[in-house]
Amino acid sequence: MKKVKIYVTLRESILDPAGNAVKDSLHKLGHKYVKDARIGKFIQLELEDTNNIDEKIKDMCEKLLSNTVIEDYSYSID
Amino acid sequence: MSSKKYANEKGLNMKFAVVVFPGSNCDGDMYYAIKDELSAEVSYVWHTETNLDKYDAIMIPGGFSYGDYLRCGAIAAYSPIISAIKKAAENGKIVLGICNGFQILTEIGLLPGALLRNKNMKFICKMSTLVVENSNTIFTNKYENKENVTFAIAHGEGNYYCDDKTLEKLKSNNRIIFTYKNNPNGSLENIAGIVNEKGNVLGMMPHPERVVNNFMGYDCGLRLFKSILERSIDV
Repeated sequence: MKKVKIYVTLRESILDPAGNAVKDSLHKLGHKYVKDARIGKFIQLELEDTNNIDEKIKDMCEKLLSNTVIEDYSYSID
Repeated sequence: MSSKKYANEKGLNMKFAVVVFPGSNCDGDMYYAIKDELSAEVSYVWHTETNLDKYDAIMIPGGFSYGDYLRCGAIAAYSPIISAIKKAAENGKIVLGICNGFQILTEIGLLPGALLRNKNMKFICKMSTLVVENSNTIFTNKYENKENVTFAIAHGEGNYYCDDKTLEKLKSNNRIIFTYKNNPNGSLENIAGIVNEKGNVLGMMPHPERVVNNFMGYDCGLRLFKSILERSIDV
């Protein structure tokens, strides 16, 4: 069994108003050195043993888990 | 002429489908706008259906399909009905997506771009003045070019985004159909509604079905449905 951790974030070129609000709030807490904050999604999957795992994760990410028009994704496999 | 008898008196007959997903909540508004105000034939079609062949116009209503889990429209995009919607669009049938319906149309690739979170982070529910940018479409032939109309808007993710190349295409082919007069959500170029290349698929965030009778404050949304109905006989 594999555990897959998938991170989905808005593309760098796209404004993230929620991230900006968090950055502003961190500044108010005194953490002025925070230059940027981006909010994304964390999706954890448990997979049965299977082959071509990277290909399958790519398929899941590009068809459903992220919208590649506006989002980037990355993942790690434990 | 009373709008109630509109379709009957014009001798027009067109079958509308209102697609219903778990979490749709403007399906009733859409259904009754068509049934009572347009007096055309209309049926609800549950999202597990796979055939839309007997309908001429497919309406994808607003709401929060599948609770907007993951992304607005992302899970609805893989409902069984979607392949029938794609087929209808390919065959030149009329497809109209309102609000969540617009989000679904971008997720399934019938329209380009995506709808981002409103720039000010707020769910916006109010009346909004739109400009009809192209009145020479199946959907807007009962409006004047550059006419101002007042529709209801109610969305948290209505901030239209697409890349520069797509925007150029939308502009050069007059595919931007409605814009906001006072941009409420940060939409690129004030975009409120766009059509596909063929012009038979319209996606828009504002709700024409909520302004179809004066008791609602305005009735200028009804002309969008009348446009569809009357244009259908020429197509």
